[in-house]
Amino acid sequence: MMEWLAMGGHGVYVWSAYALSAAALVGVGVWPWLALRRARRRIAAALAPNQPVASGDGKRPEPGQGGVA
Amino acid sequence: MNAFATQFRRDFAISMRHGAEAMNPIAFFALAAFLLGLGLGRSTSRLDEAAGGALWVLALFANVLAVEGLFGRDREDGSLEQLLLHAKPLFAALLGKVTAHWMVSGLPIAVLSPLVALLVDVPPSGMFVLALTLLLGTPTLALVGAIGAALVAGTGRGGLLVALLVMPLYVPTLLFGSGAAMTALGGGDPSAELLWLAALMALSITLAPFGIGAALRVGQEY
Amino acid sequence: MGIATEWFRRTFHRMGSPRWFFAGSRGWMLGLYLVGGALIAIGSAWGLGFAPTDRLQGNSYRILYVHVPAAHLAEAVYVAIAIAGAVHLVWRMKMADLAIAAGAPVGMTLTAAALATGYIWGIPTWGTGWVWDARTTSMLVLLFLYFGLIALRQAVPRAERAALAVSVLAIVGVVNIPIIKYSVDWFTTLHQPASIRIGERPSIDPSMLWPLAVNALGYYLFLVGVVIAALRAKIIEREAKADWVRTWVQGR
Repeated sequence: MMEWLAMGGHGVYVWSAYALSAAALVGVGVWPWLALRRARRRIAAALAPNQPVASGDGKRPEPGQGGVA
Repeated sequence: MNAFATQFRRDFAISMRHGAEAMNPIAFFALAAFLLGLGLGRSTSRLDEAAGGALWVLALFANVLAVEGLFGRDREDGSLEQLLLHAKPLFAALLGKVTAHWMVSGLPIAVLSPLVALLVDVPPSGMFVLALTLLLGTPTLALVGAIGAALVAGTGRGGLLVALLVMPLYVPTLLFGSGAAMTALGGGDPSAELLWLAALMALSITLAPFGIGAALRVGQEY
Repeated sequence: MGIATEWFRRTFHRMGSPRWFFAGSRGWMLGLYLVGGALIAIGSAWGLGFAPTDRLQGNSYRILYVHVPAAHLAEAVYVAIAIAGAVHLVWRMKMADLAIAAGAPVGMTLTAAALATGYIWGIPTWGTGWVWDARTTSMLVLLFLYFGLIALRQAVPRAERAALAVSVLAIVGVVNIPIIKYSVDWFTTLHQPASIRIGERPSIDPSMLWPLAVNALGYYLFLVGVVIAALRAKIIEREAKADWVRTWVQGR
């Protein structure tokens, strides 16, 4: 086991490369879920009665836009 | 060809009227080379072969800074909109515009580069190859840079963004340009690199105006 | 033939509808996450534990199994963004615009991962992490191209308009990528000290190739899933004012 982890002296490189790749994949995989949840909460807050409308991030589209300029 | 000549004459006349402004790119280039020589400890021998590459990078910066404002004034006074609506063909008019810009940015840098090269002690054999590479390379820089300037024209953001957008696209020009200069300084024959620079120039003359036009049209919708 | 084209046309038009896409994509997304994730796990375990050791590089070659798929996809995502950009410029298709916004951060992360793993791999193999090799240099240029896409999107006010500008930039970039690669390749073979020139591997044993194939497929599927998930988030952000989005939010 230890021998396998050591990778013949190259363990540091191999494992750090794999850890980094895993971190990148997990990060990139989780990010859209967080973004979706954030958007959902913002809309829910805006819809809730007697609540001040949450301001957007400045990149919100104009109201009622149809996508085609 | 008529659209080219009209646009070229107009833009060139405007930059001549703002005489001092037309000096800015070459002044920046000279100043930056001066600082480079100074920063490296005023000792001439440190640069030798690297000088060609260093001057090329400075020329590249000078071009990015110069091209940034290419469409700003025209956009403000509405003549850019007129150009997009009426120029026939737009391709030729844009080419005329960029050519006029190059006459006051790239061309002076290329022509005066041997003088500037004295500051960093480039030997005479390298000077003229350097000038030649800049002569062949700066049109490409201006054309590609104009795409970035056109994209950014409507955003109110300035030079740093244009630099970020176009400098990765400058990589081939820089490699062949500085490569030719370094080859010549090392005593080799730089003609292969020079031919590549010419090929890149031909390619950008044929393709870049379409990119500039598309970017400007998009910019009109901001 | 007629049925196939009709199906394609219908699907294409539906794909253009954010609402239809949002409703129909959840299952696909979850499936791609699961299958892609599983394949990556299998491929990585295979590559780390069962593939034979390389005679020349020892165990450090195992980084290949995460490096190559990331590098490959980093480029593929850029090309996909440019294609979406062309679609958006021609048809003003809203989903294409959202796809560009969803794809750029994913591609940038992959490029960074490819560069980082390449650097780590370089230390034991070439004795130095960074070399001005053609492939590493091109990959770094690609990272800067991604920076440009993201910076331009941030700079243009109004998301719909930003997408048009980013489309143009992506197309310009994709036209330039082959030229950049060629020039870097040409330059590095001429001006590179021979000691650190990296030759192509003459051949690779199939037992070493299988984990790579599994991982590459896994990366593809997983990242398509990620892009779908990112698209879903962008749809909700962008369509916040639509009735169906409000109904969906309230139904949660």
